[in-house]
Amino acid sequence: MEFGFTTAAYVVAAVLFILSLGGLSGQESAKRAVWYGIAGMGLAVFATLIGPGAGLWLLSLVLIAAGGIIGTYVAKRVQMTEMPQLVAAMHSLVGLAAVFVGFNAHFELVNVLSMSEEARHGLEGFAALLAHKSPVEQNILRVELFLGIFIGAVTFTGSVVAYGKLAGKVTSAATKLPGGHMLNAGAAALSLICLIWYFNSGGFLPLLIMTLAAFFIGYHLIMGIGGADMPVVVSMLNSYSGWAAAAIGFSLGNDLLIVVGALVGSSGAILSYIMCKAMNRSFISVILGGFGGTTGPAMEVEGEQIAIDAEGVAAALNDADSVVIIPGYGMAVAQAQQSVSELTRKLRAKGKNVRFAIHPVAGRLPGHMNVLLAEAKVPYDIVLEMDEINEDFPDTDVAIVIGSNDIVNPAAQEDPNSPIAGMPVLECWKAKQVFVSKRGQGTGYSGIENPLFYKENTRMFYGDAKQSLDKLLPMID
Amino acid sequence: MKIGTPKEIFEGENRVAMTPDSAVQLQKLGYDCAIESGAGAAAGFSDALYEAAGVQIIKTAAALWKEVDIVAKVRQPDATELKRLSKGKTLISFFNPAGNEEGMAAAKSKGANVIAMEMVPRISRAQKMDALSSMANIAGYRAVIEAGNNFGRFFTGQVTAAGKVPPAKVLIVGAGVAGLAAIGTSTSLGAITYAFDVRPEVAEQVESMGAEFVYLDFEEEQQDGAATGGYASVSSPEFAAAQLAKFRELAPEMDIVITTALIPNREAPELWTEDMVAAMKPGSVIVDLAAEKGGNCKLTVKDEKIVTENGVTIIGYTDFPSRMAAQASTLYATNIRHMMTDLTPEKDGQINHNMEDDVIRGATVTFEGDITFPPPPPKVQAIAAKSKEKPKELTPEEKRAQEVAAFKAQTKNQVTLLTVGGLLLLLVGLVAPASFMQHFIVFVLAVFVGFQVIWNVSHSLHTPLMAVTNAISSIIILGALMQIGSGSFLVILLAGLSVFMAGINIFGGFLVTRRMLAMFQKS
Repeated sequence: MEFGFTTAAYVVAAVLFILSLGGLSGQESAKRAVWYGIAGMGLAVFATLIGPGAGLWLLSLVLIAAGGIIGTYVAKRVQMTEMPQLVAAMHSLVGLAAVFVGFNAHFELVNVLSMSEEARHGLEGFAALLAHKSPVEQNILRVELFLGIFIGAVTFTGSVVAYGKLAGKVTSAATKLPGGHMLNAGAAALSLICLIWYFNSGGFLPLLIMTLAAFFIGYHLIMGIGGADMPVVVSMLNSYSGWAAAAIGFSLGNDLLIVVGALVGSSGAILSYIMCKAMNRSFISVILGGFGGTTGPAMEVEGEQIAIDAEGVAAALNDADSVVIIPGYGMAVAQAQQSVSELTRKLRAKGKNVRFAIHPVAGRLPGHMNVLLAEAKVPYDIVLEMDEINEDFPDTDVAIVIGSNDIVNPAAQEDPNSPIAGMPVLECWKAKQVFVSKRGQGTGYSGIENPLFYKENTRMFYGDAKQSLDKLLPMID
Repeated sequence: MKIGTPKEIFEGENRVAMTPDSAVQLQKLGYDCAIESGAGAAAGFSDALYEAAGVQIIKTAAALWKEVDIVAKVRQPDATELKRLSKGKTLISFFNPAGNEEGMAAAKSKGANVIAMEMVPRISRAQKMDALSSMANIAGYRAVIEAGNNFGRFFTGQVTAAGKVPPAKVLIVGAGVAGLAAIGTSTSLGAITYAFDVRPEVAEQVESMGAEFVYLDFEEEQQDGAATGGYASVSSPEFAAAQLAKFRELAPEMDIVITTALIPNREAPELWTEDMVAAMKPGSVIVDLAAEKGGNCKLTVKDEKIVTENGVTIIGYTDFPSRMAAQASTLYATNIRHMMTDLTPEKDGQINHNMEDDVIRGATVTFEGDITFPPPPPKVQAIAAKSKEKPKELTPEEKRAQEVAAFKAQTKNQVTLLTVGGLLLLLVGLVAPASFMQHFIVFVLAVFVGFQVIWNVSHSLHTPLMAVTNAISSIIILGALMQIGSGSFLVILLAGLSVFMAGINIFGGFLVTRRMLAMFQKS
């Protein structure tokens, strides 16, 4: 098939991808947007298969089909609460694929360069493209595929570690090897040396060493980032996988790869930026891991945590007119979203004003809580963002905090020495009464004491979120 | 310290500032209680009841004033009573400081501390001691009862064997505390109730009490009641005219009109004119709760009930709370008791007259030989403003200037970015070969489009966005597909693996996104 057709198909596919991302601006149009994405992907794959350079059709199709079956199986089976892990795991696949494709490009390059002048004319597709490159272009190509492999490798190990942390298979605390950031810097410097080496020699060895160094950077970087920062990490890795694809696109001279890689890359970058802003942290401090050093001792928390039982909570809920529910990661862990939804339904049936307040970094993934609540059929028009609802707390009778901690920590506003000082938080303590559903007295992910739990109008509703709510449900009448 | 209550000497005043119940509570704060013999009799509290509550009975007013440190009473003290004050004594009472300069001067010269109950600021914390509200509540209730007493028909409509009875129509002007109490009483008696207030924001409260709010066809920015401590302020002449026109239209239909419109420290506004009274049906009743300040109806005679030529009864009593002395005394005594609680933070029977406290400062009119009226505005706003603090009203010019400034800043920003970006691009273009630049332009454009598009993605869709971009990032499959046709085994193997992994990602990513999006639904 003609090269022109492939290019035309790529243009259409690129437009479809842009529409697909743009469609996510609203819940209704988003449903259509996914189909744009699917169509775009189908078109791109089809055009490439029949375009120049492709071969082994059958093998390709079989492999895609096999991957598709596994992908479908995983997508059907996964629990909504496991979404963060799944996304992280999928990023690792893209990262690894980018590394492989980069290696291939290198092999081809070596292969082509070793050919005689006549043999080069007989080449087709990608090899032909390589064959026509001038020495300057070949050098640029080396840089490009080097970058692609580097980013891909960081993405791969980083995503694997992020997956492990999110799935609870690796400790979520920020851990670093002795040497800390020096190790990362060292590995990065090594990669740079490899780049120069590779540039001059064109051999495979520097590429391999760099890949190993990048694997290490990805692993060590993400290991050093605490669980609470995971939403940023996941969107950052998402961004990396995009940039990796774009870099590979450069080396292969494939515009669609560049376009889509850039789209994905900028999307992830913006998401990370939004998350960081929501936590009042700079992107750098998140990436460098752990919470920044505090400037003084944290404020002493006075008072005690007062517990309450389900009867007490039910009585307060029965009397309340307006209720705000603040879900957090604890709700996801306890799989309590169905119970929360049931509670909402019952309270709303009694004519109470029930709303949800979602902090931008609640959960372990951007928009995590929205997805869980949507799964439990909580209507999305009562699910509000922080800015929309913060000023309503003084008029709220009951605020229920379900498994969130740092995002409702008043220390962010009251204690300038707190590690989270200045982070925007949900001001639930301004409600007349606050109930906190929590497993025990421990601190949250960031390990910071939460003065909210000691406030006069706060009562602690200890226990697994799901069991607590299920106990509560029959008492609401 | 000892707290005591004398008998009210004002003619017809039946209330008393201390009840046996409140005395018990006051003793818990560490005070000794005393009362003048017979002070509670008119309100139904005998000396024996007080004695049983541990209150000392003192025979004469003079002896009581001498013996106690704190005097709690209801009515504004007269000259004789003021003379009995002395240095260090505290008087808690209605005092009308705005119209009682001599009283304040007298108290000041005596060196006594006076707390005026009507000056308690209208903030949430002080509601428990807001005696004006508790008295207004009684006045509103009683006004309806008084009207019913003088109205020859039922309130509620009935269809009986003896014929059909139409329901009474009641109009309540002014939906303050008294107005709302009147609305509640009137609707529970079964009348069709209408209510009007110059503050449109109270429409919701009126409707919550079961009355119908009378709207005017008038567009004017009404001052938010929150700014004036929840009280109405003076309205413009145009507004007043529109209001009177509406009343004129309603007058012939109404059986009972209760007016409660008062503006602090002013003559009551005239809302029910003579021609409206003339238009009303014989047998109708008007209760003017503003009679004390001249009345909302000019025909009102203070403290009297009159019947006009066309048979409309106009009631101008000003002593409604006193007419329900038992209830009024209970509420007032509780207000006093709450005031004492705030004055006694240690519960040790000693007054701690904390002038830093908004509520105590606001209510104190003389303190240690100084007149402290009027108080500074309270630090806390009276009523939480409903709408978020309205941004300062900017003049059109200021707005324009702001917009221009913002526009300029934005332009500057964008131009800087564009220049820097353009220069960088040019620099790259100088060294890079043309084939690279082709791809590079595509790349830069794509990043640009990406930024433009992603900012519009709604917050709640961030997870689907991640899933979609994840699925799309498996576009890397194209690279693998292009290489898989190559001859070398190693390349085929690696490319094959890449195709396989990307395949997982494509299907998994899109399906998961679909699953998620399908769950979002409206209520």
